[in-house]
Amino acid sequence: MFHPLKRLNEAAKRAVHAVQSYFLLAWNAVRFIVARPFYGGDIIQQMDSIGVQSLGIVLLTGFFTGMVLALQFSVQMAQFGATMYLGRLVTASMIRELGPVLAGLMVAGRVGSGIAAEIGSMRVTEQIDALNTLGTDPIKKLVTPRLLAALVMLPVLTILADLIGIFGGNVIASLYVGIPTSLYWRTVWEQIAAGGFLLRYIPTDFIQGLFKPFVFGALISITGCFFGLETSGGTEGVGKATTRTVVTASVLILTTDYFMTQILLYILP
Amino acid sequence: MSGDPVREGVESGDDTAVSDLGFDGEPDTVPRERANGYDRDATPVIELAHVYLSFDSPLLDDISLKVARGETLVIAGESGTGKSTILKLMLRLLVPDKGDVLIDGERINDLSFEEALEVRQKMGMVFQGAALFDSMTVFENVAYPLREHTDLDDDEIEERVRQKLEYVDLDPDKVMGQLPAELSGGMKKRVGIARGIANDAAILLYDEPTSGLDPLTTGTITRLIRKLQREMGVTSVVVSHDMRSAFLVATRIALLARRRIVFLGTPDEMAASKDHYIRDFLGDL
Repeated sequence: MFHPLKRLNEAAKRAVHAVQSYFLLAWNAVRFIVARPFYGGDIIQQMDSIGVQSLGIVLLTGFFTGMVLALQFSVQMAQFGATMYLGRLVTASMIRELGPVLAGLMVAGRVGSGIAAEIGSMRVTEQIDALNTLGTDPIKKLVTPRLLAALVMLPVLTILADLIGIFGGNVIASLYVGIPTSLYWRTVWEQIAAGGFLLRYIPTDFIQGLFKPFVFGALISITGCFFGLETSGGTEGVGKATTRTVVTASVLILTTDYFMTQILLYILP
Repeated sequence: MSGDPVREGVESGDDTAVSDLGFDGEPDTVPRERANGYDRDATPVIELAHVYLSFDSPLLDDISLKVARGETLVIAGESGTGKSTILKLMLRLLVPDKGDVLIDGERINDLSFEEALEVRQKMGMVFQGAALFDSMTVFENVAYPLREHTDLDDDEIEERVRQKLEYVDLDPDKVMGQLPAELSGGMKKRVGIARGIANDAAILLYDEPTSGLDPLTTGTITRLIRKLQREMGVTSVVVSHDMRSAFLVATRIALLARRRIVFLGTPDEMAASKDHYIRDFLGDL
């Protein structure tokens, strides 16, 4: 009886310690944004790796998601004779939910795993220790540039995923449902304007749609770096770190998305 | 000291004798510590005082060591006895459970992470697998500490990198643009040494510098460590179980076994020891 309890206690301690380390890493990464030296070259390189190189996969998934949304909605809405509002539904779904979440999940799979593998390999080949001995803080050199790059690039990728998704909806609307393109885009704009504007010019839907990828960017980069830095056990450990990163980042994206939606709907109904 | 019969020679006084195992046919007639300006009585550059460390089980028990300026101390021992851990304690990558670690007389146990980074700049470390940054070229690797911690301009950095690569017998024009993956094991080690001395560090720590190398390359690396001792007077700590190489570079050897230092003395004292464990450890050397 005592033995399982002891093991449970140990497991709980490890979990609490891991959460503490995760937040400590996040705090230090944020703190170093304003601390010298600035690794500008590394930030640009990471923006390319996280943003530019993820463009293809994010656009592809965005386009097909927009098309499948239009296809599904058109079938359902045809029952009520409301297919003319297809643009509104596709737009709301893409901007508020699917654009941010899909871009987040795609980047978590492609970039999060890459970050964990790269930093994990550096850990097991003593390159992290080498950074330390050369007087460089590995968090400042490796984590902060990735965090900054993800914070900037995730919203950009999301905007592009939203746009291409809405365009995918347009393709189905005009070719399959028979809705004129001008009508489709007018309903798209109606949806954007329907939620009202913040500071006169910023549609509230955009606030919701862009706040989420900002948070997802932080989650993906910190999770990848965390599991990368925690890697032990050689190449097998690197494999485990990448798997853990993808699973954890994906779960975090989906769960925080729910809570953020609740909060944002309360603040910006 | 501890009543351990194997612990003979620990903190023994006389270590003026030097192994006559010459290198390159160059007989070593000058006591090595004098040739290096090594002064045992001066304030030690590195000191471990009654250090204890445990992870899941105890690893180091009451380790005390002093490394004088210009000295080359080899820490030998079987695998898994905590030799590399001692280097990590000196770099403050680890903090002892009990006891003190001092660098240049400054206790480093309680330093903040940022303060520890400052102390580490006094030291260069040559890792077992070289630990070169594999996304950077050889030039960028050697230039790294210069870019991080000096105000040298690009031309001065290039000049310094060339100088250090030549010092470790590498052709700068040939290797500077190469990635670590394109280098042989021995070349990686030499680039690692060049990176370690790029900042003219006063202390060099080597973790198994000759492991995994063929006999010829082992000779090259050993020669290089000797050259650094002789010409630059760096204080070195070498972790190794390659005793042939250890006898060539060491002013003193510390043997680690059963979580403690069981022998500390000159190579000659070690070679003359009748202790069974030491004789077994040295084999037919």
